[in-house]
Amino acid sequence: MQRTYELMFIVRPDLADEDVDKVISTIEAQVTSAGGTLKNVERMGKRRLAYLVRNFADGLYILFTIEGPGSAISEVERRLRVTEPVIKFITVRVDQEQKRLGKVKAIRDSRRRGQGTHAQAAAAEAAQTAEPPAEQAPAQA
Amino acid sequence: MADETVQQPQAPAASEGGSPRPQGGRPPRSGPGGGPGGPRGERKYFRRKKVCKFCTEKIDAIDYKDYRLLGQFVAESGRIVPRRLSGVCTPHQRRLSRAIKQARNIALLPFGSGSRP
Repeated sequence: MQRTYELMFIVRPDLADEDVDKVISTIEAQVTSAGGTLKNVERMGKRRLAYLVRNFADGLYILFTIEGPGSAISEVERRLRVTEPVIKFITVRVDQEQKRLGKVKAIRDSRRRGQGTHAQAAAAEAAQTAEPPAEQAPAQA
Repeated sequence: MADETVQQPQAPAASEGGSPRPQGGRPPRSGPGGGPGGPRGERKYFRRKKVCKFCTEKIDAIDYKDYRLLGQFVAESGRIVPRRLSGVCTPHQRRLSRAIKQARNIALLPFGSGSRP
């Protein structure tokens, strides 16, 4: 079962750029070795943290989009915990949410497209129902 | 406070006129939804008709990464604003609350106010 996860982690701000790249590639390798595929890497830049984490006031945010089984994620998280430059991480499962969003969007699109045809169908139905009673009424009367 | 002093002469007049009315009494002070600065003397049940921001703007995905949007529903103390004040509908409030807690875990939102100097 391929599940989609978002892994966001914070790297210490006092690392040089190439060290950050090294950290990212290490984690990428861990993801692939654990059986997952990395879909997307996004660097969200240096941000001020809302509270002190290990006496750091800012950090570099990095977002991974990973596809893989749950066991891969637990393996990656286990390794992240011991990686020294990473000070915080969170994994969020996103495939269920995206499935729901896709459904909502599909309903909304079909409703929007069908508004023109729906109105025509309703008008046609109304015309049809109007005719038979009109025919019956003069017949009865 | 200025509002209350202005409205006090009106309020007794309303209550005197209201006692013979068939409806049972005026709503209590803290009545429907806790309006701004006390009751206006009229019986409005849904003051200000607050609507759910997510329903009107048709925002489906409440993302924990969107700290700006989430920050609107967080008080200065860092606490999540209750539904009756923010006007958010229940399913969205639940998703919002979950997103805020995720954001707090990744230090995008604070847990409390006193954490940063």
